Amino acid sequence: MLDILRTRIRQGFRTAPFPPADPPLPERYRGRPIIAREACPAGCDACIERCPMEAISIREGELALDLGRCVFCGECEAACPTGAIRFSRDYRMAARRREDLVVTAEEYALARPLEESMRRLFGRSLKLRQVSAGGSGAEEADVNVLNTVVFDLARFGIQFVASPRHADGLLVTGPIPVNMRRAVELTYEAVPAPKIVIAVGASAISGGPWRGNPEVCDGVESILPVDLLIPGFPPHPLTILDGLLRLLGRIEEDGRRRP
Amino acid sequence: MSVVMTAHLRNAQCIGRDAIPRLEPDALAEHARAHLPGEARIVAFFGWPAAHATPDAPAAELLLVTARDQESRVELVMTTVGAEYPALAPAVVSAARFEREICEQLGIRPAGHPWLKPLRSHAPYGPGPYRLHDPALGIGADYPFFRVEGEEVHEVAVGPVHAGIIEPGHFRFQCYGERVLHLEIMLGYQHRGFERALVGGPFPRTVHQVEELAGDTTIGHALAYAQALEALGGCEVPARAHALRALALELERLAAHTGDLGALAGDVAFMPTAAYCGRLRGEFLNMTALLCGNRFGRGFVRPGGVAYDVDARMAEELRRRLDAALRDLEGPLDLFFESSSVTERLEGTGPVSLQDCEALGLVGPVARACGAARDVRHDHPTGMYRTLGCPIATAESGDVYARAMVRRIEIERSAALVRELLAALPEGSIRAECPPPAPGAVAVSMVEGWRGEIAHVALTDAHGRFERYKVVDPSFHNWPGLELALRGQQISDFPLCNKSFNLSYAGHDL
Repeated sequence: MLDILRTRIRQGFRTAPFPPADPPLPERYRGRPIIAREACPAGCDACIERCPMEAISIREGELALDLGRCVFCGECEAACPTGAIRFSRDYRMAARRREDLVVTAEEYALARPLEESMRRLFGRSLKLRQVSAGGSGAEEADVNVLNTVVFDLARFGIQFVASPRHADGLLVTGPIPVNMRRAVELTYEAVPAPKIVIAVGASAISGGPWRGNPEVCDGVESILPVDLLIPGFPPHPLTILDGLLRLLGRIEEDGRRRP
Repeated sequence: MSVVMTAHLRNAQCIGRDAIPRLEPDALAEHARAHLPGEARIVAFFGWPAAHATPDAPAAELLLVTARDQESRVELVMTTVGAEYPALAPAVVSAARFEREICEQLGIRPAGHPWLKPLRSHAPYGPGPYRLHDPALGIGADYPFFRVEGEEVHEVAVGPVHAGIIEPGHFRFQCYGERVLHLEIMLGYQHRGFERALVGGPFPRTVHQVEELAGDTTIGHALAYAQALEALGGCEVPARAHALRALALELERLAAHTGDLGALAGDVAFMPTAAYCGRLRGEFLNMTALLCGNRFGRGFVRPGGVAYDVDARMAEELRRRLDAALRDLEGPLDLFFESSSVTERLEGTGPVSLQDCEALGLVGPVARACGAARDVRHDHPTGMYRTLGCPIATAESGDVYARAMVRRIEIERSAALVRELLAALPEGSIRAECPPPAPGAVAVSMVEGWRGEIAHVALTDAHGRFERYKVVDPSFHNWPGLELALRGQQISDFPLCNKSFNLSYAGHDL
């Protein structure tokens, strides 16, 4: 017992404040990409050619990068001759709608909170059932890490529960293999209404690197309505936490936490 | 007993496909019976449609890859089969899953196979007529579970969706009271079609799929893939890249083993170690993120070398963080292994005998916990491991305690390796140009991931494209070990046993 107490004291206090004043992100972390319109030369398609995920295209004459497909490999940044695409260290990326995940030279619209009635229900207590459907284990690990003392998810009133019957929604990882489709549908049906669905990671949003394989369904939206999309390969735990808190209206526009 | 010529090569080497000796199917079965598992063990056994195959005359090429660990040697032998061939499984248990896979993928029947059931429950990609599963019915609907009959015997079905934040799979227990008489694990829910999609590759997306084969083994699989491509292309990887790869591989092991020990503590309700290890695992992941920006090492290993260098300042930072993490880890691990309330739950739980371990061909810490001294870093070293000393950590009891203890020893050894690597990083470049794969060649690449032996086998066609790319995640070998570990155990000990194996569903299902 004394050893346990001694070890406890040595470990110290490890819970990180959120939102973090100075995010503990490494220098090489690739966060939300930024496109500089003026630097992007017309007629150049170096990044489009190089992107292994076909995430970059020209939309209405402007370069557009789809974070739903992006695996944050940085190939486009390396291919760009003028530095018009670069990966920032901004970990905030979650969006409510698929089209909002498209990065252009315009300002990126982060996830808006749930409507008032849903917020009143879930704002202070959200129970989620996690379903891995073709997730590689990395997405699951960085969702799980939110339960550690570092992120201490429970302090925000968010918890993962064992049964869909006890849940307010699903948090899905993976591209949904055909072999998991029925299980995901059944789990969704088992959650009492009103309910929400959250897709975490490139695979869950678009199929990621598996997109187009007949063995997968190309993401959650192909079978269920989705309320929150959190891009990444896999997303950093801070990206997931930021998305969850934005959905619940727990983060102000300026990034401050609401009590 | 006949003496058969086989083609030899070393890990991460390439030979021409014509150098692989061909046997008649009967002779292959006899060859396997004579040499397995005693002298050698199966690394991979798989097939692909033969060039002359037609729907009326289905034919497939089968390649058996075995390893002689003592001699650091890999052996290849091939056969061409029709719609049926004599199964290896009746005599060689470790071939059983590979033959289920061959049957499911190719529709070729291994005649006499004692346990011929779907492995991943997907549509076959030809050329044979046999069907283990009808995709129209959905996974599981036509899976013939083994059943124990008896008035007081009951069945417990768990999954595919589990209670925790983990991947999907289905577990079927046959129980008498609390005692498990038999456990059968049905997988395939994670099947994303990796191997089928890779025919004609490599493609621009391939490396990203490889990094997702088992997401917590991103470095391990990416390294196996890179080694295979470098062998096929004849690429000389710079020494500095070898060192940085070994560094990343050991950091991956440190993170996983620390997380596993914490999770084991959680499963026996010993919360101090569970809480501290949960955080410390993150410290190791963050060290990997320091290398390449991603906590799992995505984008770090690339054919030809690595994508990011480590300068003196970063090396110092890594050393500092490693020391801090290990200092913090010591107390929680001492508590864990010295508390009688913990050891009482670990000792004797979920044992696997050395005999069963060898018969099933188990790998990694699970095999080492049974006393099987087997580690790719030691037996088939590549890159930096050729010069680093890498002693094998083993235990004897084969139970949850042994699996935990092997991880603890490996944490210490991995930390020592990281220190050694950081102290003397070779000078030079970090990446060489990797030429395109040679045509008509085969390469075998093995890496000791934290779960055990990762094997990638690549065969190219006449144009240097993949005719077949085979991946064997260590989980493929080890899932049957978990089934066996549960025999005669309390069903309530399943989470603990499961965690002590901590296998990948995605890595198995591909």
